[in-house]
Amino acid sequence: MKSSKFILKVFRSIFTSLILFSAQSLWAVQPFNMTRGVTDISNEVFDLHMLVFYITCVIGVLVFSVMFYSIFKHRKSKGQKPADFHESTLLEFLWTVIPFAILIGLAIPATKVLIAMEDTGKAEMTIKVTGYQWMWRYEYLDHDIDFYSILSTPRDEIYNREEKNPNYLLEVNNELVLPTNRKVRILITSNDVLHAWWVPDLAIKKDAIPGYINQVWTEINEPGVYRGQCAELCGRDHGFMPVVVRAVSPQEFEQWLADKNTGTTVATTSR
Amino acid sequence: MSTATAEAHHEEHPSGIMRWITTTNHKDIGTLYLWFSFIMFFIGGLMALIIRTELFQPGMQFVDPQFFNSMTTMHAIVMIFGVVMPAFTGLANWLIPMMIGGTDMALPRMNNWSFWILPFAFAMMLSTLFMDGGGPAGGWTLYPPLSLQTGDALPFVIFSIHFMGMSSIMGAINVIATILNMRAPGMTLMKMPLFVWTWLITAYLLIAVMPVLAGGVTMLLTDKFFGTSFFNAAGGGDPVLFQHIFWFFGHPEVYILILPSFGVISTIIPTFSRKPLFGYSSMVYATASIAFLSFIVWAHHMFTVGMPLAGELFFMFATMLIAVPTGVKVFNWVSTMWRGAMTFETPMLFAIAFIILFTIGGFSGLMLALAPVDFQYHDTYFVVAHFHYVLVPGSIFAIIASVYYWLPKWTGYMYNEFLGKTHFWLSTIFVNVTFFPMHFVGLAGMPRRIPDYALQFSDYNQIATIGAFGFGFAQLIFLWLVIQTIRGGEKATDRVWEGAEGLEWTLPSPPPYHSFTTPPNVEGEWNWFTHEHIETTKTRS
Repeated sequence: MKSSKFILKVFRSIFTSLILFSAQSLWAVQPFNMTRGVTDISNEVFDLHMLVFYITCVIGVLVFSVMFYSIFKHRKSKGQKPADFHESTLLEFLWTVIPFAILIGLAIPATKVLIAMEDTGKAEMTIKVTGYQWMWRYEYLDHDIDFYSILSTPRDEIYNREEKNPNYLLEVNNELVLPTNRKVRILITSNDVLHAWWVPDLAIKKDAIPGYINQVWTEINEPGVYRGQCAELCGRDHGFMPVVVRAVSPQEFEQWLADKNTGTTVATTSR
Repeated sequence: MSTATAEAHHEEHPSGIMRWITTTNHKDIGTLYLWFSFIMFFIGGLMALIIRTELFQPGMQFVDPQFFNSMTTMHAIVMIFGVVMPAFTGLANWLIPMMIGGTDMALPRMNNWSFWILPFAFAMMLSTLFMDGGGPAGGWTLYPPLSLQTGDALPFVIFSIHFMGMSSIMGAINVIATILNMRAPGMTLMKMPLFVWTWLITAYLLIAVMPVLAGGVTMLLTDKFFGTSFFNAAGGGDPVLFQHIFWFFGHPEVYILILPSFGVISTIIPTFSRKPLFGYSSMVYATASIAFLSFIVWAHHMFTVGMPLAGELFFMFATMLIAVPTGVKVFNWVSTMWRGAMTFETPMLFAIAFIILFTIGGFSGLMLALAPVDFQYHDTYFVVAHFHYVLVPGSIFAIIASVYYWLPKWTGYMYNEFLGKTHFWLSTIFVNVTFFPMHFVGLAGMPRRIPDYALQFSDYNQIATIGAFGFGFAQLIFLWLVIQTIRGGEKATDRVWEGAEGLEWTLPSPPPYHSFTTPPNVEGEWNWFTHEHIETTKTRS
């Protein structure tokens, strides 16, 4: 029974791969590119990603077309007689200098984005994130709020006894609630082994290291729920400690703070 | 030279298993290294298939997450230290003495020892899988504090890493001593085949960085058992220090895995293009610059660790620079093919696939070099795709290409070209089916080293798993082909390939037990294409 189900899955995925490789449906499948994200920085990172991707595509097309032209034309079976040249100072100079110039063209925007990312000054509020095996602890340093955030996916779903919900493995009991349009500084550390706090939509990934406090910042433009995962191998349940950020408008955030401080429970589960 | 004398020498050696245990002959030891690497390739491959089977669909199906982690850890250690490095040392053993016109390696007894350490080192490493607490499961990078949570396995893992390091350092010393002392008269450094050049540089890298790894893991050992706090923040130590030590070893290490491949490809492309290698000296300089740069880029593996801005900028710029000499190499190979008279035997097919797929791996490498974007790529499947593109269709394809290229020389028999081409097409198709979707799934946000994943990653993971099984089975064809060729077949000529250049082709196929008992004289003007020097021919007859 189990093996027949397995074989069925194999066939299904062969079928999926066939579909995937047919061009028309390529754009309809699961996400296959980096997210643009919801901050100015994440948009700049995305643009940089696409820029370097397109540059490599152009170089690739140029180099490989020369190569394939040669592969098809310069064959012994077509009666080609081998040439004897083996150096050209001009060519070798050009293909050292031109890539160098392209690299400078890439380094300038990359440096700008990096400098902006590292500027954690003038933040309006500070959150401390601590990694544990295997959960996150969030402390709102300005508001006296402190809670843990643990995976809320039931074991039955993980061990295939129940249908998996759409947010499988990317849901927690307590989300990190942040206001939109405010510069938030996030301090990241760990209590045991290395972890890494990663939210793709915020373009933030920073290692959580015992004995170190790393800092990053974000300013979220759109309200929403943004999901990520621990990105540094941290032991058995490394794959089971997601990060979920809920961004709400400043007014809602103030409300949430007030409720949190008076002990009123607010619906913060991610489902 | 006299073949009869050489064979008489052969007779003196013990036969059976003792021949292999006591051998000091570079060809025997080369063969041992290559077979060891081949066996480990299947063991490491099996681990990869366990990983891919668990990742076939979301949910936990087959293994425990802890065992999954020890599979990813062991797969890496086996493939790096057990497959790629021994395979290149095996090729160096077989080829360097023949290429430089020597008799044997300079230090034959140490050569024996440096091989025979390896089976014991790996027996110990693999035995940790059966120990209390399981095998090492903290990743091959062994980052503390996680690696210090390993059970009984930790001291055994560290001890076996010391063994592997000793073996590599001895192998490297031997290569350097051989190249610097055993060259035939007239074989100046700038006349050496590129495989010899790339190995010379690789050997220096090995000597420079293996002790650094040994130091790092020893500090782990004392932290765990002798109360030191090198990496323990609570004791005043620094967990990030280990990462700096590890990657100061680790980045040159990845070039140790790829530089000899550059040498192999620079040998095969000219042969089947029937045209001299374009830009020989720029190839040598590019290799040397890559080796130099490898020492100043290590922290690009740790951009997310929280370095100061100046550090991030320095490592980003230095890393981007590597694209220049690597580009020079690719351009040189394409120019070598340009206006050649190409034929496409199996070694050439693998070499061409190497150039294309390694370049794709280089492109993703350039993307990863940009620190602000690397924050998104770091520790995702995008990185997994990147380094598998440079290691599998990179190093592994180069090793396979060299086996096809020199197997007729080694065994005296031609391999089955049809099987070879079948192996090539299956490998090339499946390697892409396996690793290309990993770019997508990584960009979409799947972290590496996780045994279970969110639903939106499932399609690409299924494709990758199918590819992995296809690739694995394709390698069985290769195994069969190698055994078949060793057992006999069509006789190979001495030159084997019409366009082959290099002293090894002036020897009979298979070559005598002691390569050149009288060194060939290659002084004076050198014809890079025919490689037939008048003096060389005289010495042979």
